[in-house]
Amino acid sequence: MIPVCPTTALPPGEATRVEADEPIAVFNVDGEFYAIDDTCTHQDASLADGWLDGCTVECPLHASCFDLRTGKVSGPPAKTPVRTHRVVVQDGMVYVQTEPVADGVA
Amino acid sequence: MSPTVAVVGASLAGLSAARALREQSYDGRIVVLGDEPHAPYDRPPLSKGFLAGTTSLDDITLTAPDDEDLALEWRLHTTAVGLDRVSRSVLLDDGTELQADGVVLATGARARRLPGAEGLDGVHVLRSLDDAISLRADLVAAGRLVVIGAGFIGAEVASTARGLGLEVTVVESQPVPLAAPLGTDMGAVCAELHADHGTRLLTGTGVAGLVGTTRVEAVELTDGTRLPADVVVVGIGAIPNTEWLAHSGVALGNGVLTDACGATNTPGVVAVGDCAAAWSAVAERHVRIEHWTSALEQPATAVATLLGTGGPAPTPVPYFWSDQYGARIQFAGSRQEGDVARVVEGSCADRSFLVLYERDGHPVAVLGMNQPRLFTRWRRQLRSAAPTPR
Repeated sequence: MIPVCPTTALPPGEATRVEADEPIAVFNVDGEFYAIDDTCTHQDASLADGWLDGCTVECPLHASCFDLRTGKVSGPPAKTPVRTHRVVVQDGMVYVQTEPVADGVA
Repeated sequence: MSPTVAVVGASLAGLSAARALREQSYDGRIVVLGDEPHAPYDRPPLSKGFLAGTTSLDDITLTAPDDEDLALEWRLHTTAVGLDRVSRSVLLDDGTELQADGVVLATGARARRLPGAEGLDGVHVLRSLDDAISLRADLVAAGRLVVIGAGFIGAEVASTARGLGLEVTVVESQPVPLAAPLGTDMGAVCAELHADHGTRLLTGTGVAGLVGTTRVEAVELTDGTRLPADVVVVGIGAIPNTEWLAHSGVALGNGVLTDACGATNTPGVVAVGDCAAAWSAVAERHVRIEHWTSALEQPATAVATLLGTGGPAPTPVPYFWSDQYGARIQFAGSRQEGDVARVVEGSCADRSFLVLYERDGHPVAVLGMNQPRLFTRWRRQLRSAAPTPR
């Protein structure tokens, strides 16, 4: 597991980027934490810099939308889903597991 | 017989309308008409990655495998030539007509051409996939490009052509490029990207004409200067595709006139995207917005109007972006003459900054260069602060 930050450092509506083999973006949606691949599948952009609206993040560059729960594309121009990752909250710390939750979530 | 909705136009706005119909539980027949032979594709890359050859046709296809579930009836390479508002029939160029219960007008806009350039090889506009394929074929064999118009399309083509190793000159009739969308000061800052990357920019200079017999050889300016050119790209704006509606009774202005929810003056007919001029309560006039995000977002509202389930009019914050010379330019909001632009982060000299436009002390628009994270925060703030229409 990769430590991300204390829960207090990631308030609702905020996102942060975690360096890993493939960078991961971690989001706080009203107290629920979600983690997906940080790099947009359309073009090189960090989804942690994106616009969070409910469980959807909009890429900061070209407006592709992804569902944080499934990684699925919910708005073009992206067509390929991002991988989702499991988030664990333990003793006030947020961690992500780098193995994807499910293979081929599509 | 199940009801039919005809979506006239098979680009982003038309596809978004078809998707929105299904999302909003419409289970009747949907026929999508498109005049191009191609399935819907994404246009922004046409002046960037696709033109550069780094992005493929497959990459820019807009439809995804999930779209099969929408059960859309595609009629591509079919041009609508008229609309009978009483029977709500779309007349087609093959002489047939499509009777529908609801019609979504999404015919987009086309590139404005330079008068007198007809029939001259090497002169291009850039709007469609075929335009991009033909321009790319010419660019890879050329040495000198002249771009007429320093708007976003012109600037992006210049940027891509520099990347391909061409010698590029951009000619702009206005004293400062992009002054209308960004204001004089910021237009000038963004235009400095050209010089940074070895593109020559000539401003305040009109084009007198093109020189050449079968193929273009030069662009002649109003001051008599001749700019030798192997290829010329004309990027001087777009015209809404509404001529086919001239005798339909659908109200037209600078585009199909609609209310803030996409309704035209004709029951059962809505309009979206680049062909539509929607009423703006903020501007107090009809505004035709050519932004990608408008073509994406308007259809959900217009489709709700068509299905009779519409709610209050949305108050969108217009948003567009442009990628030039590796710089990411983003703009959101509505700027007017007299708004004060202020750098709130970074610096123009570093080509990394955030500029806030203020009116009476309140932020009304934001411009970012290479500041996506901060820009997104401000864009969100503008949306939450958007005035409610009266």
